[in-house]
Amino acid sequence: MLHYAIRRLLWLVPTLLAMALVTFTIMHATPGSPLDPVAEGANPLSPEAQKNLAEHYGLDKPLYHQFGIFLWKALRFDFGNSFVYKSRTVAEIIVTTFPISLFLGTMAFALAVVGGLTFGILAATYQNRGWDYVSVSLATVGVAVPNFVLAVFLIILFSFVIPLFPTGGWGHWRNWVLPTVTLALGPMGVVARFTRASMLEVIRADYTRTARAKGLGERAVIFRHALKNAFIPIVTLLGPMFAAVGTGSFFVEAIFRVPGMGKFFVESMTGRDYPMIMAVVLTYGAFLALMNLVVDLAYGFIDPRIRY
Amino acid sequence: MASVSPTAASAVRLGAAPREKGTSLTRDALRRLRRNRLAMAGLLVVLFLALLAIFADVLAPYPYTKTNFSRLNEGPSRDYPLGTDLIGRDLLSRMIYGARVSMLVGLGAQIIVVSIGVPIGALSGYVGGRTDLLLTRFIDVMYAFPRLLFVILVMSMLGAGLMNIFIAIGLTGWVGIARQTRAQVLAIKEKEFVDGARAIGAGFTRLLGRHVLPNALTPIVVVVTFGIPEAIFTEAALSFIGVGINPPTPSWGQMVGEGQQYLRSYWHLCVFPSIAIAVTMLAFTFFGDGVRDALDPKQN
Repeated sequence: MLHYAIRRLLWLVPTLLAMALVTFTIMHATPGSPLDPVAEGANPLSPEAQKNLAEHYGLDKPLYHQFGIFLWKALRFDFGNSFVYKSRTVAEIIVTTFPISLFLGTMAFALAVVGGLTFGILAATYQNRGWDYVSVSLATVGVAVPNFVLAVFLIILFSFVIPLFPTGGWGHWRNWVLPTVTLALGPMGVVARFTRASMLEVIRADYTRTARAKGLGERAVIFRHALKNAFIPIVTLLGPMFAAVGTGSFFVEAIFRVPGMGKFFVESMTGRDYPMIMAVVLTYGAFLALMNLVVDLAYGFIDPRIRY
Repeated sequence: MASVSPTAASAVRLGAAPREKGTSLTRDALRRLRRNRLAMAGLLVVLFLALLAIFADVLAPYPYTKTNFSRLNEGPSRDYPLGTDLIGRDLLSRMIYGARVSMLVGLGAQIIVVSIGVPIGALSGYVGGRTDLLLTRFIDVMYAFPRLLFVILVMSMLGAGLMNIFIAIGLTGWVGIARQTRAQVLAIKEKEFVDGARAIGAGFTRLLGRHVLPNALTPIVVVVTFGIPEAIFTEAALSFIGVGINPPTPSWGQMVGEGQQYLRSYWHLCVFPSIAIAVTMLAFTFFGDGVRDALDPKQN
C-alpha cells in the first residue's frame, strides 16, 4: 500500500513535466507575444523598449533555456512576476486566490455528493415512481445544461423573482449560496445517475435478498447492505469530479463576482501572461493528479477486495 | 434511465429475442430508437435547429449586423419579437444565426475529432507493442489536462474564430475517442473471425478497415453522439468569456456572456439565448441517451 502510494506520487513528476512541456510549447509555438500592446490597435512599443523588456523577463534567451530556468524556479515555487499584474508575483496571486476557489469548490462538492446520493438512492428505491422521475429529470438538467446558463436561471429565480440571495459578491454566507448551488448541480446530476444505476444493480443482488430474508428492516437493508456496496463505483468518480468542480468554477466565479483564481486564469490567458499560465495549468494539473491518487487509495479502504 | 418505461423495454427485448428474418442489428437498433419518445423529441429539436441553421438567411427577419440606434435594449415587441440588443440589433435574427454557429461547431468539431482519434486509437490497439505504449502514454498525459482549461489555453493563443475553435476542440477531443477505439480494437482483434480473415490472406488495411473497425463502431458512435453537445457547450463557454467566435458573428454563448452583465435592466438579452443553449443541450442529451440505449439494450 505504502509502496503503491509512493510509486504513484513519483509518477506525478513526469506527468507534471509533460504538462509543463506541452503548455510551454503551445504558448511559444503560436503567433503573438506578451510584448504586443494589450489594447487593440495601440501603437507597438519601440524596438529598443521591446528588447529591454524581453531581456528583463528573460524572453530573449533560447526556448530550451527559458524552459530550463522555469523548471528550476518552479521547483522552489517561484513562478516569477505576473506580466499583467506587474507588481505581484504569481505565487502571491495563487496563494491568495486559490483558497477561495477551493472553498467554493469544496462546498459545491459536498452539496453535490450529499444531494446526488440522496436523489440517487430515492430514485433507485422508488424506481419508476414519482421520486425516480424527479431525480432523473434533475440529474439530466444538471448534467446537460452548462453552469453559466444555470446561473442565469438561478439569479432570475432567487434574486429577482424571489429576492432571497444577492446576485453576486463574496464575504457573507448569503453570497455563497447561489454560486455553490450553480456549481453543484452538474456534478450532483452525475452522482445521482451513477448512484441510481449502481443501487439498482445492488438491490437485485443475492446478498440484498438474504438481508431481506433474514427479516431486516428496509432502512437497514438500503443503508447498511445495499449502499455500502453501491458506493464503490461512485468513489472512482469523485476524484476527477472534485478537480473539475475547481476548474469549472471560473464561469461561476465570473458571473457571481467571486474573487477566486478563475478571474486571473482568464486574464492570464488573453494577456499572454506566460508565468501565470504555467502556474495555473500546473496547479490544476497537480490538483487533479493528487485527487485521483487520493481516490485510488480510498478505494482500497472501501473495497477490501482490492489489493495494491 | 427512465427514458424507456419498463414495459416498453421488456417488450423490445421480447420482440428482439426470436429475431425474424431480415432484421439486421442496425434496423433493430433503429426500431428501438424510434420507440423512445424522449429521443425522438430530441431529434425533432435537433432537426429544427438544423433547418434554422441552413435557412438562416431566409428565416431571419433582419441581417444580424443591422443596427437601429433609435431602439436600443428594447424588450419583445411586434417589430422585434425577442427585443433588440445593446446596439439595436434584432435579437431573434441573431439567435437564428447563432444556431448556425452551434450546429457548425457541433458537427465540424466531431468530424475532426473522429478523423484524429479513430486512426490513432485503431493503430495503437492493432499494432500494439512499442507504438501502443508510446501512444497510450501520450494519451494519458493529454487526459491529465483539465479539458476546458486546455481548450481555453489553445484558443487564447490562436485567437478567436470558428476555424480555431475546430482546431482547439480537435486537439483535445480526440483523446476520448482514441481510448475507446483502442479498447474496442484490442478486444476484437482476438476474435476468431479476424483470425479467419487473416488465414485467407487479408492484408493489414483490409483486416483493420473491413473486419475490425466496423465491429468496433457501436461505442464510437455513442461517443460521437455525446461529443456533439460537448462541442456546442465548449463553443458557448469559449464565446461566453470572449475567446470563441469573433464578433459581429452571433453566438449564443457570447450573447449570454454579454447579456448577463445587464440581467437586471435588460433581462431579455440574456434569457433567450440561455434558453436556446439549455434546450439544445437537453435535446442532444436525450437523443444521445436514446442512441446509446438503442445500440446497447443490455445497459438499460
